[in-house]
Amino acid sequence: MSKQMPKRSNEPVFWALFGAGGVLAAFVLPALILITGLAGPMGVPSADVLSYQRVSAFAASWPGAFFLFLVISLSLWHAFHRIYHALHELGVHRGLPVVRVLCYGVALAGTLLTAFLLAAG
Amino acid sequence: MTQQEINIEVLRYNPEKDSEPSYETFQVPFSHETSVLQGLQFIKDQLDGSLTFRWSCRMEICGSCGMMINGVPHLTCSAFLRDYYPGKLRIEPLSHLPIERDLAVDQTDFLQKLESIQPYIIPKETRSLEDGPFKQTPAQRERFYQFSECINCLLCYAACPQYGLDSGFLGPAAMALLHRYNSDSRDAGQAERMPIVNAQEGVWGCTLVGYCSEVCPKGVDPASAVNRNKVSSTLDYFFRFMAPRGASE
Repeated sequence: MSKQMPKRSNEPVFWALFGAGGVLAAFVLPALILITGLAGPMGVPSADVLSYQRVSAFAASWPGAFFLFLVISLSLWHAFHRIYHALHELGVHRGLPVVRVLCYGVALAGTLLTAFLLAAG
Repeated sequence: MTQQEINIEVLRYNPEKDSEPSYETFQVPFSHETSVLQGLQFIKDQLDGSLTFRWSCRMEICGSCGMMINGVPHLTCSAFLRDYYPGKLRIEPLSHLPIERDLAVDQTDFLQKLESIQPYIIPKETRSLEDGPFKQTPAQRERFYQFSECINCLLCYAACPQYGLDSGFLGPAAMALLHRYNSDSRDAGQAERMPIVNAQEGVWGCTLVGYCSEVCPKGVDPASAVNRNKVSSTLDYFFRFMAPRGASE
């Protein structure tokens, strides 16, 4: 190892997003899957709990939009950070800018698209 | 007790003569107490004196006799032939490290990394004898104690897939020892060590596989040291703008 000062990595930015997404993926997503995937379709607690009007109104409100934005965006950052590092382990090395741009690009695009749709909706 | 025999397949490589490593099998008698290291010593004493491997204490203290046993990093002094019988053993030098000869690996890379983290207490100010001892509470000692148990045996480097992919990565043991000094209340060297932590080759080379902690013979948890320092590196990354000029660099 050389004596010169090693270069500071920008990884903390992505790791912080990955960590935040990880918390959501662990605590919020299972509850959301339960509500939207099982309870809602089975009519628990009532059939219209996930009706279009209700969900649309939720997404149109500021707290609702903010919640949806965090869940979607941070989950994407979490997933693509993991995919990026898993690719490295599979031999697609992280030195390659194209891998980096592709992985974090999808997360960024997903984030911008979510923000746009929520703001427009 | 009657003696049984077990086959030990050993990787042989003499860089002066061989173009590539090969395997050689020896039949070794063993009893209930025979360690793998003793099996190798039997080979060296009785069958082939040219077999090369490192060892010293025979009791999990010196950290010299780490090798791959059937693909798993182990100290050969605390692995026993009885546990592999009636199967055979394949003994190879530690993975990810260059072979010096047979089972002995070149440790230079690790030793340079160890030196780079300044593995000693860097006091805030020099203390004179009149100042008396530097006292620590049991809680302060507890914070670094497990990391000071590292014996530099390099099993964690053989276990780490990231070090295998990129040997520029500082690696588990060096990071555990860096953390050992950073978390010691007598030490004030954290700022000097942070640039190493913050680099891609520092904590960010780790993807939390955790195998390093699994193979450690001394119960050190290098994966925890690395990942705690991901937090400190992230704090350092964002809060350097808020700290007084020059405080975090």
